[in-house]
Amino acid sequence: MAPISFQVNGKPQSVEVSPETPLLWVLRDNLNLTGTKFGCGIAECGACTVHLDGKPTRSCVTPVSNAAGKNVTTIEGLSPGRTHPLQIAWIAEQVPQCGYCQSGQIMAAAALLARKPNPTDADIDAAMNGNICRCGTYQRIRRAIHRAAAQMPKPSPAAADSMPRNGARKSAGGAR
Amino acid sequence: MSLTNTSSAFTRRKFLKASTAGGAALVIGFYLPSLANAQQQQEEPHPNPFNAWVRIDRNGQVTLTLARSEMGQGVTASLPMILAEELDVDWAAVHVEQAATKPDLYGDQGTGGSYSVHGSWTPLRQAGAAARQMLVAAAAESWHVNVDTCTTKEGSVWHGPRQRELKYGELVERASKMSVPDFKKVTLKNPDNFTIVGKSLPRADIPSKVDGSAIFGIDVRVPGMLYAVVARCPTFGGKAAKFDAAKAKAIPGVRHVVEIEAVGPGAHTAGGIAVVAETTAIALQGREALEITWDRGPNANESSDSLRQQFQSLVEKPGKVIASAGDFDAVFAGSSSKMDATYELPFLAHATMEPMNCTVDVRPDRAEVWAPTQGPDWIHDVVTQIAGVPPDKVVVHTILMGGAFGRRYQADYAVEAAQVSKAVGKPIQLVWTREDDMQHDFYRPATCQRVQAALDAQGRIAAWRHLITSTSIRAFWDPSDRAKPEGQELGESAQLPYATPNFRLEYSPAASGVPRAWWRSVEDSMNGFVLESFVDELAASAKADPLAFRLSHLDPPRRVADYHSPNATPLDTQRLKAVAQLAAAKSGWGKPMPAGCGRGIACYFSFDSYVAQVAEVTVGKDGKVKVDRVVCAVDCGRAVNPDGVAAQMEGAIVYALSAALMGEITIAGGAVKQGNWDDYPVLRMRDMPVVEVHIVPSSEPPSGCGEPAVPPLAPAVANAIFAATGKRIRRLPIRPADLRST
Repeated sequence: MAPISFQVNGKPQSVEVSPETPLLWVLRDNLNLTGTKFGCGIAECGACTVHLDGKPTRSCVTPVSNAAGKNVTTIEGLSPGRTHPLQIAWIAEQVPQCGYCQSGQIMAAAALLARKPNPTDADIDAAMNGNICRCGTYQRIRRAIHRAAAQMPKPSPAAADSMPRNGARKSAGGAR
Repeated sequence: MSLTNTSSAFTRRKFLKASTAGGAALVIGFYLPSLANAQQQQEEPHPNPFNAWVRIDRNGQVTLTLARSEMGQGVTASLPMILAEELDVDWAAVHVEQAATKPDLYGDQGTGGSYSVHGSWTPLRQAGAAARQMLVAAAAESWHVNVDTCTTKEGSVWHGPRQRELKYGELVERASKMSVPDFKKVTLKNPDNFTIVGKSLPRADIPSKVDGSAIFGIDVRVPGMLYAVVARCPTFGGKAAKFDAAKAKAIPGVRHVVEIEAVGPGAHTAGGIAVVAETTAIALQGREALEITWDRGPNANESSDSLRQQFQSLVEKPGKVIASAGDFDAVFAGSSSKMDATYELPFLAHATMEPMNCTVDVRPDRAEVWAPTQGPDWIHDVVTQIAGVPPDKVVVHTILMGGAFGRRYQADYAVEAAQVSKAVGKPIQLVWTREDDMQHDFYRPATCQRVQAALDAQGRIAAWRHLITSTSIRAFWDPSDRAKPEGQELGESAQLPYATPNFRLEYSPAASGVPRAWWRSVEDSMNGFVLESFVDELAASAKADPLAFRLSHLDPPRRVADYHSPNATPLDTQRLKAVAQLAAAKSGWGKPMPAGCGRGIACYFSFDSYVAQVAEVTVGKDGKVKVDRVVCAVDCGRAVNPDGVAAQMEGAIVYALSAALMGEITIAGGAVKQGNWDDYPVLRMRDMPVVEVHIVPSSEPPSGCGEPAVPPLAPAVANAIFAATGKRIRRLPIRPADLRST
């Protein structure tokens, strides 16, 4: 098997697995990044959401070969020291209950805010509908996204200077 | 094979002891009753029945060792708050430590029955107050002053007149030499002086759940471990007749293929063929490559249709009389205003976000288990039996659960993992796929219930007969003759809050090979729908407002005992009335709604708590139901952490709404037809109603929170649909086809 190389949270990684292996299991079992969760295996629940070159992606149905040469961002790489406005808002709104789906929820929300810094409720419905939460935290997720949007650094030279410089931020938040 | 379930045989009683730990710490053991043994009221002595400790170290660190599991319900916040309140320390400084699983030491470590705060309230207060009293005594002794002149604040004892201070840590050595006061005689804080209990405080586990660092069961990594998946017969009770593993074994990275046997009572595993590999992905690939011929066993002909026929036949016959008062038959026969309705509810899967999994390392002389579990002591018990080693050589680590809802009370997944680890001689992580999880659950029973009632000339309920038939939980777990199949099927049906002089409750079990057990709110998830839908039908029949009809039947004020469980807490009709009135007032009950929209109410008593909900719905011409808003009022006694209470109400409402609108497990060929979220859909962001939670201020002890908001939701929605369309929902889930405008 030829090695497959890509960046994960700004670090180069190379794995020797069969190319159709879902990215999810490579992250979890080969690279020991267990923050990305297994929920369904058929892209129905969003627990496995990561960013592939900045785009929200269901890693459970993404062959690792699709990640070759690309940048993967997982929840572990979203921010240093849980400083992303969404993570701060998630704590402020006391969103998680069991917490299992929340990595995927936050990654989906981060991709939304990167695209739409001030999302409407309809934007949130559309962007977050693919992420299931069985503890029923949807109402708090909505509140937390609005809260984070209000506090999101807006793209300006001053704000950009204060951003972490790792590759993760580029795909995760308001820098682009 | 079958296992002996010894965990329920444990007996214990309150027992106190201070351990000095060489003067390095003040340790107070106390006993948190589980729901099971609180109900059993057993009085036999137990060797060492501590299941929680308060430890104060010399540096002043307060640690609460907790034999309860965190599954998202927030015990790691609410329980330290209770302790900190009585101990007079900063709540945030209380460190919570997950207890090791030691059934001989802790007894029942189960987490369920909405009982964690409910059952911990008094013991935790007493433990905190006892420790505080000892620390005050130690300070008074060292100052040579009267204890009455000392006060406590923020982890220190103060001597009032001269404002001297000794920190708790400095007093530990002296205090640890004192005897622990009788918990029953310690002075508890006057609730008027509470500064922590009753505040919404943040949970300590949340930060780790926003950056991927929280370790759930499926995230456990042990050196040298392999990953396993099991191919199970889809039909309940079936097994592999033969299998060929050659193609699976040829896959690089597949290390073992082993057959594991089904384990009967005590675990109820299906058995099957386990594929053990270097990664989960390879194990899954290996399972796909197995060639198995199934022997589908004795249940291969069961279907949802055959069960429905059985139900429909049973509700036409008398059931076993559980409770009777007055003369239903005579009054009903002589009445000119009668109602007769039959309700049907399906099997439901728990569908936790994290599928079942367990990591086990069975060695010849010992075993270690990492389990996301509500019942670590049960898992300790079954793994001990599978491993064949002494109980003290088995260590069970309780790991965070990605949802539980009753599913993780079971020990089946740990049994399978132990069987596989033992067979291959290595630590393994057993992972269930979503389909495994959906098709090998212990389901919420299916039920069919008939209620008949007569109204008198004043529109009051003159007679009431309720016949329940269901695939009983108890009959599944204990099929012996002695079992009482109605044991976990009755709920509030046996404690009817609405006054009626003539009453009869009957039960008939239905036969089924489908495994079933405790689903969030258990029987109340079914009976809440039936009772609160039927009362609404009676109100309409009496041409009364649904709220007013309920309120008038909750008078006169009284406490209703449970016919079936005389020791259960009586239902206080005035507390139920109060939540119904609060939910109605906050919802704008009585205000006109636009065409196609409706408002419905339901109220219910379960887990010693009172919950009422008003649902607002819009029903489209296509019959599609959108729930726009749910106003929830709860009386759960004193709310320790009000935001935590609100979170549990919100969660239960979403869980129940998923079931009401979409939840249905159907059976064909003795197997579950659904497999994943595409055919077992659940509520998503777009369908989320606005949920408002109002907590009734109360000085009663805290009661359950995790479950009691489930039962009223489906009937509130169904009653709202009636208000909007004039059509009654008597079968769940709600079917848009039945509501389409013609």
